[in-house]
Amino acid sequence: MSAVLDVFTIIAVSAGAVFFLAGVVGLLRFPDTLSRLHALTKADNVGLGLIVIGLLPQAGSLFAALKLLLVWMLVLLAGSTVGQVMARVARRAEVRR
Amino acid sequence: MSLTYVLEATLAVLVLGAAAWTIAARSAFAASVGYVSYGLLLALVWVQLAAVDVALTEAAIGSGLTGVLLLSAAATLRVTEARSGPGPGLPMRIVAAICCALVTAAIAVVVLTLPDAAPTLAPEAVAALPATGVGNPVTGVLMAFRALDTLLEKVVLVLALIGVWSLAPDRYWGGHPGLRHRLPADGVLPFLARTLPPLGVLLGIHLMWTGADYPGGAFQGGTVLAAMWLVVMMAGVRDAPAIRERWLRLALVSGPVVFLAVGLAGMLTAGAFLAYPVDYAKPLILLIEVPMLLTIALALGLLVAGPPERAAGSS
Repeated sequence: MSAVLDVFTIIAVSAGAVFFLAGVVGLLRFPDTLSRLHALTKADNVGLGLIVIGLLPQAGSLFAALKLLLVWMLVLLAGSTVGQVMARVARRAEVRR
Repeated sequence: MSLTYVLEATLAVLVLGAAAWTIAARSAFAASVGYVSYGLLLALVWVQLAAVDVALTEAAIGSGLTGVLLLSAAATLRVTEARSGPGPGLPMRIVAAICCALVTAAIAVVVLTLPDAAPTLAPEAVAALPATGVGNPVTGVLMAFRALDTLLEKVVLVLALIGVWSLAPDRYWGGHPGLRHRLPADGVLPFLARTLPPLGVLLGIHLMWTGADYPGGAFQGGTVLAAMWLVVMMAGVRDAPAIRERWLRLALVSGPVVFLAVGLAGMLTAGAFLAYPVDYAKPLILLIEVPMLLTIALALGLLVAGPPERAAGSS
């Protein structure tokens, strides 16, 4: 059973890392601010989510697992807010130009 | 070569890279952003060194709050920066670089020439810890063995705030700091300012409370509270208070005042300034930490909010 969980962890965390890598590549390669933000928020939301899900079986206790989920929720809240605010600023700068 | 070694080496390279980038950055804004990421990486280094208390402080104050201060300073200076010339010439830069390199070299020499068993008071501090009633040696040092430093630190915090306030033009003295932020109430930032603080306030108080036995403490907790207050002010959910308010000033000095009062009482009850009677050490430390938390949260929040820019009662 624990071997199955370990494999699950490896797959989920690796998938999360791939999302982060894709987010970084997008941040560096995409042409405008809004697409770059789009790439970045995917890495934050899905990438971290996959890593957290992958780490859940290794958390040891229910309390530690809940803490991991809480961290993910807080990053979701902060990430989506900051993404919105930055997009609004970028849009305003574009209109002015 | 173990995995930990690779992790630590990567971290060290990243910290040095972030530091170099911060120095090389052209604009003050970019340098501030670099400094924030540098601070967060440094916090990870402290975690790796098992100094979780320092890591929390570095992340909360060194990176977070100082970062906000630097960013708002950079935003204020943007106009001046654009107008000023190309900056110092090459000879000036070389002299500055040499001076900075000398400071770094001096610190490196001091650290590298320490005897192998570095002189430490840690065993004595841990041995005397039970007398304070707290379980976290860092809190024991801050609140009991070196209480004078902590007291003066709070006084410095209030003095720094007075320094910022003194930049206010006469007509705004006693008024509200910063601009009134007016955002649509259904916007995303006001939403954050309503959802996050309940959790953040709980976390701030928890950090202070748990600091007695585990990593944490009043300074980290107070910084989290200040951050929550700043989110509320920046989202325009609540205006910054006028600095002439009596409650505000009383709350600001409550930390140092209670600390000083307990310290003076120590002369009668325990025979020395800032000494605690052994049986009451833990309750007294908590009695000091609660108003201290308030002072830290208010002072840090108001430091970021800046000098008064509107007359009291105006909006």
